[in-house]
Amino acid sequence: MIEALFTFDFIRYSFISGLIVGLIAPLLGAFIVVRRLSLIADALSHISLGGITFGLYITSLTGLVINPLISGVVFSVLGALGIEKMRTAYKNFSEISIPIIMSLGIALSVIFLSLSNGFNQDLFGYLFGSISAVTKGDLILISIIGVVVVTFIILLYKEMFLLSFDEEYSEVMKINRFIHIIFIVLVALVISASMRIVGILLVSAMMTLPVAAAIRITSSFKQLIFVSILFGELSVISGLFLGFHLDISPGGTIVLVALVILALTFLVKKVGVGQSDRAREL
Amino acid sequence: MTEAVFEINNVSYEYRDRLEHTTALKDINLTIHKGDFVAIVGPNGSGKSTLLKLILGIKKLQTGEILIDGKKPKESTFSEKIGYVSQKAASFAKGFPATVEEVVLAGLTKKRGLFSRYKKEDYARLDDVLKLLDIDDLRDKNISLLSGGQTQRVFIARALINNPEILVLDEPTEGIDAKNIHSFYEVLTKLKEAGTTILLVTHDIGVVIDQADEVACLNEHLHFHGTNNEFRNLNEADLSKVYGFPLQLVSHDHDRQCCEVAHND
Repeated sequence: MIEALFTFDFIRYSFISGLIVGLIAPLLGAFIVVRRLSLIADALSHISLGGITFGLYITSLTGLVINPLISGVVFSVLGALGIEKMRTAYKNFSEISIPIIMSLGIALSVIFLSLSNGFNQDLFGYLFGSISAVTKGDLILISIIGVVVVTFIILLYKEMFLLSFDEEYSEVMKINRFIHIIFIVLVALVISASMRIVGILLVSAMMTLPVAAAIRITSSFKQLIFVSILFGELSVISGLFLGFHLDISPGGTIVLVALVILALTFLVKKVGVGQSDRAREL
Repeated sequence: MTEAVFEINNVSYEYRDRLEHTTALKDINLTIHKGDFVAIVGPNGSGKSTLLKLILGIKKLQTGEILIDGKKPKESTFSEKIGYVSQKAASFAKGFPATVEEVVLAGLTKKRGLFSRYKKEDYARLDDVLKLLDIDDLRDKNISLLSGGQTQRVFIARALINNPEILVLDEPTEGIDAKNIHSFYEVLTKLKEAGTTILLVTHDIGVVIDQADEVACLNEHLHFHGTNNEFRNLNEADLSKVYGFPLQLVSHDHDRQCCEVAHND
Protein backbone atom coordinates (compact mmCIF):
# COMPACT_ATOMS: atom_id res chain seq x y z
CA MET A 1 0.00 0.00 0.00
CA ILE A 2 2.93 2.31 0.74
CA GLU A 3 4.04 2.06 -2.90
CA ALA A 4 0.47 2.71 -4.04
CA LEU A 5 0.37 5.77 -1.80
CA PHE A 6 3.13 7.37 -3.86
CA THR A 7 1.80 6.12 -7.19
CA PHE A 8 -1.93 6.82 -7.10
CA ASP A 9 -3.45 10.17 -6.24
CA PHE A 10 -6.77 8.69 -5.14
CA ILE A 11 -5.07 6.40 -2.60
CA ARG A 12 -3.13 9.36 -1.26
CA TYR A 13 -6.34 11.44 -1.02
CA SER A 14 -8.12 8.60 0.82
CA PHE A 15 -5.24 8.07 3.21
CA ILE A 16 -4.87 11.76 4.13
CA SER A 17 -8.66 12.13 4.46
CA GLY A 18 -8.70 9.02 6.65
CA LEU A 19 -6.02 10.48 8.92
CA ILE A 20 -8.01 13.73 9.28
CA VAL A 21 -11.21 11.78 10.03
CA GLY A 22 -9.31 9.58 12.53
CA LEU A 23 -8.42 12.79 14.37
CA ILE A 24 -11.59 14.89 14.24
CA ALA A 25 -14.26 12.18 14.59
CA PRO A 26 -13.07 10.88 18.00
CA LEU A 27 -12.16 14.45 19.07
CA LEU A 28 -15.78 15.56 18.79
CA GLY A 29 -16.96 12.04 19.65
CA ALA A 30 -15.48 12.38 23.16
CA PHE A 31 -17.81 15.33 23.85
CA ILE A 32 -20.77 13.59 22.19
CA VAL A 33 -20.40 10.39 24.22
CA VAL A 34 -20.05 12.10 27.61
CA ARG A 35 -23.07 14.28 26.83
CA ARG A 36 -25.10 11.13 26.13
CA LEU A 37 -25.68 12.24 22.53
CA SER A 38 -24.13 9.19 20.86
CA LEU A 39 -27.10 8.62 18.56
CA ILE A 40 -26.94 12.14 17.17
CA ALA A 41 -24.24 11.03 14.72
CA ASP A 42 -26.59 8.37 13.32
CA ALA A 43 -29.41 10.86 12.86
CA LEU A 44 -27.13 13.36 11.13
CA SER A 45 -25.59 10.74 8.85
CA HIS A 46 -29.06 9.73 7.67
CA ILE A 47 -30.05 13.32 6.98
CA SER A 48 -26.75 13.66 5.08
CA LEU A 49 -27.88 10.75 2.94
CA GLY A 50 -31.00 12.77 2.19
CA GLY A 51 -28.74 15.62 1.05
CA ILE A 52 -26.60 13.35 -1.09
CA THR A 53 -29.59 11.79 -2.84
CA PHE A 54 -30.97 15.31 -3.33
CA GLY A 55 -27.68 16.27 -5.04
CA LEU A 56 -27.85 13.17 -7.24
CA TYR A 57 -31.48 13.91 -8.07
CA ILE A 58 -30.77 17.52 -9.07
CA THR A 59 -27.88 16.30 -11.23
CA SER A 60 -30.06 13.70 -12.94
CA LEU A 61 -32.89 16.22 -13.38
CA THR A 62 -31.03 19.26 -14.65
CA GLY A 63 -27.67 17.94 -15.71
CA LEU A 64 -26.15 20.49 -13.34
CA VAL A 65 -23.33 18.69 -11.51
CA ILE A 66 -23.59 19.24 -7.77
CA ASN A 67 -20.97 17.67 -5.51
CA PRO A 68 -23.23 15.43 -3.38
CA LEU A 69 -20.85 15.96 -0.46
CA ILE A 70 -21.80 19.65 -0.44
CA SER A 71 -25.57 18.98 -0.54
CA GLY A 72 -24.94 16.36 2.18
CA VAL A 73 -23.15 18.98 4.33
CA VAL A 74 -26.02 21.47 3.88
CA PHE A 75 -28.69 18.90 4.85
CA SER A 76 -26.60 17.68 7.76
CA VAL A 77 -26.13 21.20 9.15
CA LEU A 78 -29.87 21.92 8.77
CA GLY A 79 -30.61 18.59 10.50
CA ALA A 80 -28.24 19.54 13.34
CA LEU A 81 -30.06 22.83 13.85
CA GLY A 82 -33.39 20.95 13.72
CA ILE A 83 -32.23 18.53 16.43
CA GLU A 84 -31.10 21.43 18.58
CA LYS A 85 -34.43 23.21 18.17
CA MET A 86 -36.36 20.06 19.08
CA ARG A 87 -34.11 19.27 22.02
CA THR A 88 -35.26 22.52 23.61
CA ALA A 89 -38.89 22.01 22.57
CA TYR A 90 -38.99 18.53 24.18
CA LYS A 91 -36.89 19.39 27.21
CA ASN A 92 -37.72 16.22 29.12
CA PHE A 93 -37.70 13.93 26.09
CA SER A 94 -34.80 15.50 24.23
CA GLU A 95 -33.72 12.20 22.65
CA ILE A 96 -36.96 12.12 20.64
CA SER A 97 -35.41 14.69 18.28
CA ILE A 98 -32.97 12.03 17.06
CA PRO A 99 -35.48 9.51 15.57
CA ILE A 100 -37.49 12.41 14.11
CA ILE A 101 -34.51 13.73 12.15
CA MET A 102 -33.37 10.19 11.32
CA SER A 103 -36.73 9.24 9.81
CA LEU A 104 -36.86 12.53 7.90
CA GLY A 105 -33.43 11.71 6.45
CA ILE A 106 -34.42 8.19 5.38
CA ALA A 107 -37.76 9.37 3.96
CA LEU A 108 -36.08 12.09 1.90
CA SER A 109 -33.39 9.65 0.70
CA VAL A 110 -35.93 7.10 -0.50
CA ILE A 111 -38.00 9.75 -2.29
CA PHE A 112 -35.04 11.39 -4.03
CA LEU A 113 -33.66 7.97 -4.95
CA SER A 114 -36.92 6.90 -6.53
CA LEU A 115 -37.08 10.23 -8.39
CA SER A 116 -33.55 9.83 -9.73
CA ASN A 117 -34.00 6.27 -10.98
CA GLY A 118 -32.63 4.41 -7.98
CA PHE A 119 -29.21 3.22 -6.91
CA ASN A 120 -26.00 4.02 -8.69
CA GLN A 121 -22.36 3.21 -8.01
CA ASP A 122 -21.65 6.67 -6.61
CA LEU A 123 -24.33 6.26 -3.95
CA PHE A 124 -22.94 2.86 -3.00
CA GLY A 125 -19.62 4.59 -2.26
CA TYR A 126 -21.36 7.08 0.03
CA LEU A 127 -23.27 4.37 1.87
CA PHE A 128 -20.35 2.07 2.61
CA GLY A 129 -17.26 4.20 2.00
CA SER A 130 -14.78 3.78 -0.79
CA ILE A 131 -11.04 4.08 -1.08
CA SER A 132 -11.26 5.17 -4.68
CA ALA A 133 -14.03 7.73 -4.36
CA VAL A 134 -12.16 10.53 -2.59
CA THR A 135 -11.44 13.33 -5.05
CA LYS A 136 -9.06 16.27 -4.65
CA GLY A 137 -12.10 18.49 -4.05
CA ASP A 138 -13.30 16.17 -1.28
CA LEU A 139 -9.84 16.20 0.31
CA ILE A 140 -9.78 20.01 0.31
CA LEU A 141 -13.26 20.15 1.90
CA ILE A 142 -12.31 17.51 4.53
CA SER A 143 -9.06 19.41 5.30
CA ILE A 144 -10.96 22.67 5.82
CA ILE A 145 -13.43 20.93 8.13
CA GLY A 146 -10.49 19.38 10.02
CA VAL A 147 -8.80 22.74 10.57
CA VAL A 148 -12.08 24.35 11.73
CA VAL A 149 -12.85 21.53 14.19
CA VAL A 150 -9.37 21.40 15.74
CA THR A 151 -9.24 25.22 16.06
CA PHE A 152 -12.68 25.27 17.69
CA ILE A 153 -11.72 22.68 20.30
CA ILE A 154 -8.34 24.31 21.05
CA LEU A 155 -9.92 27.74 21.52
CA LEU A 156 -13.06 26.68 23.38
CA TYR A 157 -11.90 23.58 25.27
CA LYS A 158 -12.72 25.05 28.71
CA GLU A 159 -16.22 26.02 27.69
CA MET A 160 -16.89 22.71 25.93
CA PHE A 161 -15.71 20.78 28.99
CA LEU A 162 -18.01 22.70 31.32
CA LEU A 163 -20.94 22.45 28.90
CA SER A 164 -20.44 18.67 28.65
CA PHE A 165 -19.94 18.06 32.35
CA ASP A 166 -22.58 20.32 33.86
CA GLU A 167 -24.95 22.17 31.52
CA GLU A 168 -26.70 23.90 34.44
CA TYR A 169 -23.46 25.36 35.80
CA SER A 170 -22.54 26.60 32.33
CA GLU A 171 -25.90 28.39 32.23
CA VAL A 172 -25.18 30.03 35.57
CA MET A 173 -21.75 31.04 34.29
CA LYS A 174 -23.52 32.49 31.23
CA ILE A 175 -21.43 30.40 28.85
CA ASN A 176 -22.85 31.35 25.51
CA ARG A 177 -25.35 28.81 24.18
CA PHE A 178 -24.08 29.69 20.74
CA ILE A 179 -21.00 27.54 21.47
CA HIS A 180 -23.27 24.51 21.76
CA ILE A 181 -24.96 25.28 18.43
CA ILE A 182 -21.57 25.69 16.71
CA PHE A 183 -20.56 22.34 18.24
CA ILE A 184 -23.61 20.55 16.80
CA VAL A 185 -22.98 22.13 13.40
CA LEU A 186 -19.36 20.93 13.58
CA VAL A 187 -20.61 17.41 14.35
CA ALA A 188 -22.67 17.63 11.16
CA LEU A 189 -19.57 18.77 9.22
CA VAL A 190 -17.43 15.93 10.62
CA ILE A 191 -20.07 13.40 9.64
CA SER A 192 -20.07 14.74 6.10
CA ALA A 193 -16.28 14.61 6.06
CA SER A 194 -16.17 11.03 7.36
CA MET A 195 -18.78 9.48 5.11
CA ARG A 196 -16.50 9.37 2.05
CA ILE A 197 -14.15 7.03 3.92
CA VAL A 198 -16.30 4.91 6.23
CA GLY A 199 -19.68 5.45 4.60
CA ILE A 200 -22.90 6.93 5.92
CA LEU A 201 -24.04 3.72 7.56
CA LEU A 202 -20.87 3.44 9.63
CA VAL A 203 -19.94 7.07 10.22
CA SER A 204 -21.28 7.24 13.76
CA ALA A 205 -18.98 4.34 14.63
CA MET A 206 -15.93 6.56 14.01
CA MET A 207 -17.25 9.06 16.53
CA THR A 208 -18.26 6.63 19.22
CA LEU A 209 -16.26 3.37 19.08
CA PRO A 210 -12.78 4.83 19.79
CA VAL A 211 -14.32 6.84 22.67
CA ALA A 212 -16.21 3.80 23.99
CA ALA A 213 -12.89 1.92 24.15
CA ALA A 214 -10.90 4.84 25.61
CA ILE A 215 -13.44 5.65 28.33
CA ARG A 216 -12.82 2.24 29.90
CA ILE A 217 -9.12 2.78 30.46
CA THR A 218 -8.76 6.52 31.13
CA SER A 219 -9.53 8.61 34.16
CA SER A 220 -9.21 12.22 32.99
CA PHE A 221 -11.01 13.99 30.16
CA LYS A 222 -7.77 15.02 28.43
CA GLN A 223 -6.59 11.39 28.53
CA LEU A 224 -9.94 10.34 27.07
CA ILE A 225 -9.53 12.69 24.11
CA PHE A 226 -5.90 11.67 23.53
CA VAL A 227 -6.51 7.90 23.72
CA SER A 228 -9.70 8.16 21.60
CA ILE A 229 -7.75 9.89 18.83
CA LEU A 230 -5.01 7.26 19.13
CA PHE A 231 -7.57 4.47 18.73
CA GLY A 232 -9.28 6.38 15.90
CA GLU A 233 -6.03 6.76 13.93
CA LEU A 234 -5.07 3.14 14.62
CA SER A 235 -8.44 1.98 13.26
CA VAL A 236 -8.21 4.17 10.15
CA ILE A 237 -4.62 3.27 9.26
CA SER A 238 -5.02 -0.47 9.81
CA GLY A 239 -8.52 -0.47 8.27
CA LEU A 240 -7.34 1.25 5.08
CA PHE A 241 -4.26 -0.97 4.89
CA LEU A 242 -6.22 -4.19 5.38
CA GLY A 243 -9.04 -3.03 3.10
CA PHE A 244 -6.56 -2.27 0.33
CA HIS A 245 -4.64 -5.55 0.58
CA LEU A 246 -7.62 -7.82 1.12
CA ASP A 247 -9.71 -5.91 -1.42
CA ILE A 248 -12.59 -5.42 0.98
CA SER A 249 -14.57 -2.33 2.00
CA PRO A 250 -12.29 0.07 3.89
CA GLY A 251 -15.26 1.49 5.86
CA GLY A 252 -16.28 -1.89 7.21
CA THR A 253 -12.65 -2.83 7.95
CA ILE A 254 -11.98 0.43 9.84
CA VAL A 255 -15.05 -0.13 12.00
CA LEU A 256 -14.15 -3.77 12.63
CA VAL A 257 -10.65 -2.76 13.78
CA ALA A 258 -12.25 -0.19 16.13
CA LEU A 259 -14.48 -2.96 17.48
CA VAL A 260 -11.46 -5.23 18.02
CA ILE A 261 -9.79 -2.43 20.01
CA LEU A 262 -12.98 -2.05 22.06
CA ALA A 263 -13.05 -5.81 22.71
CA LEU A 264 -9.40 -5.66 23.83
CA THR A 265 -10.25 -3.02 26.44
CA PHE A 266 -12.78 -5.47 27.85
CA LEU A 267 -10.10 -8.15 28.00
CA VAL A 268 -7.53 -5.95 29.70
CA LYS A 269 -8.62 -6.59 33.25
CA LYS A 270 -5.81 -5.48 35.42
CA VAL A 271 -4.61 -2.25 33.91
CA GLY A 272 -4.96 -0.70 37.35
CA VAL A 273 -7.36 -0.95 40.25
CA GLY A 274 -8.72 2.58 39.78
CA GLN A 275 -9.31 2.11 36.10
CA SER A 276 -11.14 -1.19 36.41
CA ASP A 277 -13.20 0.38 39.21
CA ARG A 278 -14.11 3.13 36.80
CA ALA A 279 -15.10 0.65 34.12
CA ARG A 280 -17.62 -0.72 36.59
CA GLU A 281 -19.00 2.80 37.12
CA LEU A 282 -19.82 3.22 33.43
CA MET B 1 -27.67 49.37 55.36
CA THR B 2 -25.24 47.93 52.81
CA GLU B 3 -26.10 47.88 49.12
CA ALA B 4 -28.54 45.29 47.77
CA VAL B 5 -27.07 42.35 45.82
CA PHE B 6 -30.37 40.67 44.94
CA GLU B 7 -33.71 42.49 44.79
CA ILE B 8 -36.63 40.17 44.19
CA ASN B 9 -39.76 42.17 43.48
CA ASN B 10 -43.27 40.63 43.16
CA VAL B 11 -41.95 37.40 41.68
CA SER B 12 -44.47 34.65 40.95
CA TYR B 13 -43.83 31.42 39.09
CA GLU B 14 -46.07 28.65 37.79
CA TYR B 15 -45.17 25.27 36.36
CA ARG B 16 -47.38 25.03 33.30
CA ASP B 17 -48.61 21.83 31.79
CA ARG B 18 -51.09 21.47 28.91
CA LEU B 19 -53.96 21.00 31.33
CA GLU B 20 -52.99 22.46 34.66
CA HIS B 21 -50.85 25.13 36.24
CA THR B 22 -49.10 24.58 39.55
CA THR B 23 -48.08 27.67 41.47
CA ALA B 24 -44.54 27.39 42.85
CA LEU B 25 -44.03 30.98 43.99
CA LYS B 26 -46.52 33.76 44.67
CA ASP B 27 -45.67 37.47 45.10
CA ILE B 28 -42.21 37.04 46.53
CA ASN B 29 -40.45 40.19 47.70
CA LEU B 30 -37.01 39.69 49.17
CA THR B 31 -33.87 41.81 49.28
CA ILE B 32 -30.45 40.36 50.04
CA HIS B 33 -27.72 42.80 50.95
CA LYS B 34 -23.99 42.63 50.36
CA GLY B 35 -22.20 40.53 52.98
CA ASP B 36 -25.39 38.93 54.30
CA PHE B 37 -25.64 35.23 55.04
CA VAL B 38 -29.25 34.43 54.20
CA ALA B 39 -30.80 31.00 54.55
CA ILE B 40 -33.95 30.08 52.64
CA VAL B 41 -35.85 27.30 54.39
CA GLY B 42 -39.05 25.48 53.64
CA PRO B 43 -40.45 22.00 53.07
CA ASN B 44 -40.01 19.97 49.88
CA GLY B 45 -41.82 21.53 46.94
CA SER B 46 -41.99 24.94 48.64
CA GLY B 47 -40.34 26.72 45.70
CA LYS B 48 -36.88 27.17 47.27
CA SER B 49 -34.95 25.74 44.35
CA THR B 50 -37.27 27.44 41.85
CA LEU B 51 -36.51 30.82 43.43
CA LEU B 52 -32.79 30.05 43.30
CA LYS B 53 -33.00 29.08 39.64
CA LEU B 54 -34.87 32.30 38.83
CA ILE B 55 -32.20 34.32 40.63
CA LEU B 56 -29.43 32.47 38.76
CA GLY B 57 -31.18 32.85 35.40
CA ILE B 58 -31.56 29.08 34.89
CA LYS B 59 -35.34 29.57 34.73
CA LYS B 60 -37.04 32.41 32.88
CA LEU B 61 -39.00 34.92 34.94
CA GLN B 62 -42.77 34.88 34.32
CA THR B 63 -43.89 37.77 36.48
CA GLY B 64 -42.09 40.24 38.68
CA GLU B 65 -38.53 41.47 38.54
CA ILE B 66 -35.15 40.37 39.83
CA LEU B 67 -32.33 42.90 40.00
CA ILE B 68 -28.73 41.90 40.63
CA ASP B 69 -26.48 44.73 41.80
CA GLY B 70 -29.34 47.02 40.77
CA LYS B 71 -29.27 45.76 37.18
CA LYS B 72 -31.34 43.31 35.19
CA PRO B 73 -29.65 39.87 35.09
CA LYS B 74 -28.77 40.21 31.38
CA GLU B 75 -26.95 43.48 32.00
CA SER B 76 -25.26 42.31 35.17
CA THR B 77 -21.78 40.77 35.24
CA PHE B 78 -22.62 38.67 38.29
CA SER B 79 -21.74 35.37 36.57
CA GLU B 80 -18.06 36.31 36.91
CA LYS B 81 -18.30 36.73 40.66
CA ILE B 82 -20.71 33.99 41.62
CA GLY B 83 -20.06 30.52 42.99
CA TYR B 84 -22.87 27.96 42.83
CA VAL B 85 -23.34 24.50 44.30
CA SER B 86 -26.33 22.69 42.85
CA GLN B 87 -28.46 20.17 44.70
CA LYS B 88 -27.97 17.63 41.93
CA ALA B 89 -24.33 18.42 41.14
CA ALA B 90 -23.18 14.97 42.23
CA SER B 91 -25.42 13.27 39.66
CA PHE B 92 -23.37 14.80 36.81
CA ALA B 93 -20.28 13.08 38.11
CA LYS B 94 -21.54 9.52 37.63
CA GLY B 95 -19.23 7.74 35.21
CA PHE B 96 -17.81 10.99 33.84
CA PRO B 97 -14.17 10.66 32.79
CA ALA B 98 -12.76 13.71 34.58
CA THR B 99 -10.37 14.24 37.49
CA VAL B 100 -11.06 16.37 40.55
CA GLU B 101 -8.55 18.91 39.18
CA GLU B 102 -10.41 19.22 35.87
CA VAL B 103 -13.79 19.65 37.58
CA VAL B 104 -12.63 22.24 40.11
CA LEU B 105 -10.71 24.28 37.51
CA ALA B 106 -13.91 24.45 35.42
CA GLY B 107 -15.17 26.93 38.05
CA LEU B 108 -12.79 29.48 36.48
CA THR B 109 -14.19 29.10 32.95
CA LYS B 110 -16.05 32.41 32.97
CA LYS B 111 -13.36 34.33 34.83
CA ARG B 112 -10.66 33.33 32.33
CA GLY B 113 -12.91 34.19 29.40
CA LEU B 114 -13.11 32.86 25.87
CA PHE B 115 -10.07 31.62 23.93
CA SER B 116 -7.76 31.52 26.95
CA ARG B 117 -6.13 28.76 28.96
CA TYR B 118 -5.73 28.34 32.71
CA LYS B 119 -2.76 30.24 34.10
CA LYS B 120 -0.13 29.43 36.73
CA GLU B 121 -2.02 31.42 39.36
CA ASP B 122 -5.14 29.34 38.66
CA TYR B 123 -3.26 26.18 39.63
CA ALA B 124 -2.01 27.90 42.81
CA ARG B 125 -5.61 28.83 43.64
CA LEU B 126 -6.60 25.23 42.92
CA ASP B 127 -4.04 24.04 45.51
CA ASP B 128 -5.45 26.47 48.10
CA VAL B 129 -9.07 25.55 47.60
CA LEU B 130 -8.40 21.78 47.62
CA LYS B 131 -6.47 22.17 50.90
CA LEU B 132 -9.23 24.32 52.36
CA LEU B 133 -11.75 21.55 51.76
CA ASP B 134 -9.30 18.82 52.73
CA ILE B 135 -9.42 17.06 49.37
CA ASP B 136 -5.91 17.85 48.09
CA ASP B 137 -5.05 14.14 48.10
CA LEU B 138 -7.91 13.49 45.65
CA ARG B 139 -6.62 15.93 43.01
CA ASP B 140 -5.83 13.33 40.31
CA LYS B 141 -8.64 10.94 41.20
CA ASN B 142 -11.49 10.33 38.84
CA ILE B 143 -14.61 12.12 40.07
CA SER B 144 -16.86 9.08 39.67
CA LEU B 145 -14.73 7.08 42.13
CA LEU B 146 -15.38 9.46 45.05
CA SER B 147 -17.88 8.99 47.85
CA GLY B 148 -20.99 11.20 47.97
CA GLY B 149 -19.48 13.49 50.59
CA GLN B 150 -16.15 13.80 48.75
CA THR B 151 -17.97 14.59 45.49
CA GLN B 152 -20.00 17.29 47.19
CA ARG B 153 -16.80 18.87 48.56
CA VAL B 154 -15.35 18.87 45.04
CA PHE B 155 -18.37 20.88 43.87
CA ILE B 156 -18.01 23.27 46.78
CA ALA B 157 -14.34 23.68 45.77
CA ARG B 158 -15.46 24.45 42.21
CA ALA B 159 -17.73 27.17 43.54
CA LEU B 160 -14.97 28.65 45.73
CA ILE B 161 -12.06 28.62 43.24
CA ASN B 162 -13.59 31.68 41.64
CA ASN B 163 -13.09 33.70 44.87
CA PRO B 164 -16.81 34.46 44.59
CA GLU B 165 -18.34 37.63 45.98
CA ILE B 166 -21.68 35.82 46.03
CA LEU B 167 -21.99 32.17 46.99
CA VAL B 168 -25.25 30.37 46.17
CA LEU B 169 -25.72 26.96 47.74
CA ASP B 170 -28.62 24.58 47.13
CA GLU B 171 -28.62 21.89 49.85
CA PRO B 172 -24.80 21.80 49.77
CA THR B 173 -24.30 19.43 52.70
CA GLU B 174 -26.58 16.70 51.38
CA GLY B 175 -24.71 13.41 51.82
CA ILE B 176 -21.87 14.89 53.86
CA ASP B 177 -21.09 13.45 57.30
CA ALA B 178 -21.28 15.48 60.52
CA LYS B 179 -17.52 16.14 60.75
CA ASN B 180 -17.34 17.50 57.22
CA ILE B 181 -20.53 19.53 57.66
CA HIS B 182 -18.82 21.19 60.62
CA SER B 183 -15.69 22.01 58.61
CA PHE B 184 -17.86 23.18 55.70
CA TYR B 185 -19.61 25.74 57.92
CA GLU B 186 -16.23 26.83 59.28
CA VAL B 187 -15.28 27.62 55.69
CA LEU B 188 -18.54 29.55 55.24
CA THR B 189 -17.85 31.54 58.40
CA LYS B 190 -14.42 32.52 57.05
CA LEU B 191 -15.96 33.53 53.74
CA LYS B 192 -18.62 35.57 55.49
CA GLU B 193 -15.96 37.35 57.52
CA ALA B 194 -14.21 38.15 54.26
CA GLY B 195 -17.40 39.86 53.07
CA THR B 196 -18.87 37.14 50.82
CA THR B 197 -22.64 37.27 50.37
CA ILE B 198 -24.04 33.80 51.02
CA LEU B 199 -27.43 32.52 49.93
CA LEU B 200 -28.13 29.05 51.29
CA VAL B 201 -31.14 26.88 50.54
CA THR B 202 -31.62 24.12 53.06
CA HIS B 203 -34.12 22.21 55.12
CA ASP B 204 -31.63 21.81 57.98
CA ILE B 205 -33.14 24.40 60.32
CA GLY B 206 -30.71 23.62 63.15
CA VAL B 207 -27.74 24.67 61.05
CA VAL B 208 -29.56 27.74 59.78
CA ILE B 209 -30.13 29.14 63.25
CA ASP B 210 -26.52 28.52 64.16
CA GLN B 211 -24.94 30.02 61.07
CA ALA B 212 -27.14 32.40 59.08
CA ASP B 213 -27.71 36.09 59.83
CA GLU B 214 -31.13 36.07 58.23
CA VAL B 215 -33.74 33.42 57.55
CA ALA B 216 -36.42 33.45 54.86
CA CYS B 217 -39.23 30.88 55.21
CA LEU B 218 -40.75 29.96 51.91
CA ASN B 219 -43.74 27.85 51.04
CA GLU B 220 -45.20 29.29 47.85
CA HIS B 221 -45.42 32.63 49.69
CA LEU B 222 -42.65 34.21 51.70
CA HIS B 223 -44.05 33.54 55.18
CA PHE B 224 -41.21 35.05 57.13
CA HIS B 225 -38.05 37.05 56.57
CA GLY B 226 -36.00 38.25 59.51
CA THR B 227 -32.88 37.77 61.59
CA ASN B 228 -32.08 34.35 63.01
CA ASN B 229 -33.04 35.66 66.47
CA GLU B 230 -36.46 36.66 65.19
CA PHE B 231 -36.77 33.26 63.53
CA ARG B 232 -35.88 31.55 66.80
CA ASN B 233 -38.75 33.38 68.46
CA LEU B 234 -41.31 32.32 65.87
CA ASN B 235 -44.29 30.68 67.49
CA GLU B 236 -45.50 27.21 66.60
CA ALA B 237 -48.47 28.50 64.62
CA ASP B 238 -46.25 30.60 62.33
CA LEU B 239 -43.82 27.77 61.81
CA SER B 240 -46.55 25.24 61.15
CA LYS B 241 -47.99 27.57 58.50
CA VAL B 242 -44.71 27.39 56.63
CA TYR B 243 -44.28 23.66 56.86
CA GLY B 244 -47.95 22.76 56.49
CA PHE B 245 -48.07 20.53 59.55
CA PRO B 246 -47.58 21.05 63.32
CA LEU B 247 -43.99 21.80 64.25
CA GLN B 248 -42.06 23.30 67.08
CA LEU B 249 -38.51 24.47 67.58
CA VAL B 250 -36.81 22.65 70.42
CA SER B 251 -33.76 24.41 71.82
CA HIS B 252 -31.60 21.79 73.48
CA ASP B 253 -28.39 23.67 74.10
CA HIS B 254 -28.88 27.23 75.21
CA ASP B 255 -25.20 28.10 75.08
CA ARG B 256 -24.89 27.06 71.46
CA GLN B 257 -28.46 28.01 70.76
CA CYS B 258 -28.83 25.00 68.53
CA CYS B 259 -32.39 24.14 67.67
CA GLU B 260 -34.11 21.47 65.75
CA VAL B 261 -37.51 20.79 64.33
CA ALA B 262 -39.69 18.16 65.93
CA HIS B 263 -43.20 16.90 65.31
CA ASN B 264 -45.70 18.22 67.80
CA ASP B 265 -47.66 15.00 68.15
